[in-house]
Amino acid sequence: MRHRSLLLLTTAVTAGALTLSACGSRSDDSKKSDGGSSGGGNITLTIGVDAPLTGENSATGLGLEYGTKIAVDDANAKKLVPGVTFKVEALDDKTLPATGQQNATQLVQDDNVIGAIGPLNSNVATSMQQVFANANLVEISPANTNPALTQGSDWASGKKVRPFKTYFRTATTDANQGGFAADYAFNTLKKATAFVVDDKQSYGAGLAGVFKQRYAQLGGKVVGTDHVNTADTDFSTLVTKIKNSHADMVYYGGQYDEAELITKQLKAAGDHIPLMGGDGVFSDTYIKVAGAASEGDLVTSVGQPVATLPAAQNFIKEYKEKGYPGDYGTYGGYSYDAATAIINAVKTVMDGNGGKLPAMADARAKLVDAVQKADFDGIAGHVSFDQYGDTTNKQLTVYQVKGGKWTAVKSGLYQG
Amino acid sequence: MHTLPQQLANGLFLGSMYGLIAIGYTMVYGIVQLINFAHGEIFMTGAFGALAVWTNLPHGTSIWVGLPLMLVGGALVSVLIAVGAERFAYRPLRNAPRLAPLITAIGISLTLQQIVFVAYPGADSAKNFPQLGTHPYHVGSVDIQPNDIFLVVAAVVCMVGLAFFVRTSRTGRAMQATAQDPDTAQLMGIDTNRIIVVAFAIGGLFAAVAGVASGLKYGQVSYNMGFQAGLKAFTAAVLGGIGNIYGAMLGGLVLGVAESCASAYISNIPGMEQLGGQGWSNVWAFVLLIVVLLVRPQGLLGERVADRA
Repeated sequence: MRHRSLLLLTTAVTAGALTLSACGSRSDDSKKSDGGSSGGGNITLTIGVDAPLTGENSATGLGLEYGTKIAVDDANAKKLVPGVTFKVEALDDKTLPATGQQNATQLVQDDNVIGAIGPLNSNVATSMQQVFANANLVEISPANTNPALTQGSDWASGKKVRPFKTYFRTATTDANQGGFAADYAFNTLKKATAFVVDDKQSYGAGLAGVFKQRYAQLGGKVVGTDHVNTADTDFSTLVTKIKNSHADMVYYGGQYDEAELITKQLKAAGDHIPLMGGDGVFSDTYIKVAGAASEGDLVTSVGQPVATLPAAQNFIKEYKEKGYPGDYGTYGGYSYDAATAIINAVKTVMDGNGGKLPAMADARAKLVDAVQKADFDGIAGHVSFDQYGDTTNKQLTVYQVKGGKWTAVKSGLYQG
Repeated sequence: MHTLPQQLANGLFLGSMYGLIAIGYTMVYGIVQLINFAHGEIFMTGAFGALAVWTNLPHGTSIWVGLPLMLVGGALVSVLIAVGAERFAYRPLRNAPRLAPLITAIGISLTLQQIVFVAYPGADSAKNFPQLGTHPYHVGSVDIQPNDIFLVVAAVVCMVGLAFFVRTSRTGRAMQATAQDPDTAQLMGIDTNRIIVVAFAIGGLFAAVAGVASGLKYGQVSYNMGFQAGLKAFTAAVLGGIGNIYGAMLGGLVLGVAESCASAYISNIPGMEQLGGQGWSNVWAFVLLIVVLLVRPQGLLGERVADRA
């Protein structure tokens, strides 16, 4: 009976693999780096980028890398910080929290790294924050929208505590995004009932939770909820449930990879109600893969459409001229602004130190304070941070698929 | 409960796909007692092979012309990879301890995924796959997609063909003999190496059909689609009684229906709201597997190779 026991073993391994594939990782160790270069002559400082550069979410992830690159190129060309040349080191987190943490560790150990941009995903950010905090290295995410990252896990009950003083973001949070979506769905689209689905990740579940709360507050009725796994492909059961709930719309908290399949399978089943999502769904890939089924679907995204911002025209031109891959539309502008915040802060720190960069450990610590005090007009809006490290720029936009393209239908400031 | 017929249909379609892939696991296991963990990737490469054929057809080709060609292309890729893996990775290890080929299989699985990810143009995100149409037929209260009809028809055709092949052809009978006892079969003049290759080839063929069916059903394929589908199909094979081809099909169907019904109805049970839903379908699939294995360790239909153990 030997092969029977081997079979049971493999079965157990299989079950374990499926379960584990849904989990992230957590760890608390990290290394502090100190020492470093200071100097009068020309020095090179690195701005790290962490984002998914391959795999799922890479279309938006690459926007982070190249948005940062353009900011750095501009700063170098304009000699924004005399005596300093900036360069970019982009690391791929593959959307995995564990890989993100390794990347963070790698960045803090590099004495030339003065700050980091990223990551794209909130759950990846969770695993990186402590590493950066231990090393006093400033991290600015142009894309994370989970409120807990800046306001602590009890933010929803009003007990806001900032967990890491090194973490900032130029994107506004789900608390605003989910609420903005609910406002638009109920007041503008006049959808009285909604079916809410999320992917159980910090980003998706957070967004769906806020939407549900605000939608009910406004008088809408949530007629059903469900959760899906990332990397699932068959949503026929879910689609049947949605259809039978006679909901007027679906709200999906999660990424485009699953959303495109849900909308496709929903429309194929003959239920032509719009799917609305957050900025995780806001990608050209969504339209490309979902095809005609995506027509009329909606998303909210942070900020205003970059293309409509006068200050961003140069950025867009540069992005296109250089033939960069990826999606600048979603976070490229915010990445540019985040990188600029770091570059400006380097200048502030050097100006306060007689034009020289202090020893690296000292420079990093001072840089955190300088970023906190950032106050300038970026290409995607005004850049400054509140006491939690959140952007004070609460611009949001609703986009809808019209004629196979994302079209901005409403921009505004969220007053929740 | 008026959604029950639809949910059962959803489960049957999903289950047909699991069943088609499961046959590859079960045949290989039945003959060489190897759990070919790379089989999920053989399914994936079949889908990509078919997609490559489709992209190279002249623009505007009808799907009805394209589909047979895609099936041929997908089958070619899958069968070549399955047979190649057998020849170069599993055969040298045939007399090694069982864990060695198992680990090799996992290695091949990861390798194939990464190769497609890197080498297939644009495979780093989901690729569009042509579909047979997206307007459902209404049968009573049940909506059926044209793509699902293809899936079911393909599963039935494959199954009947396989049953016929195994029972009536010389090679089929030789397969049965090899499954029972390879050494004696060899003494009786059966070229067991050839039989093993045939088992891998048939598994690859069915995986390719499932890959095409999956592409049609979801309208997209991705480099990592084989992982979860492979695990589910393996589960289906064990559920039905690994080594038993009818068991693989039955196990697939049972698993598909169980998954659909679990995610549709468990959250309706008072006190179970948190444990239902789409996200729990994998968990219930494995609960079902464990329950069946506790009650009937040989699987639903039993293993045909049990007498060797």
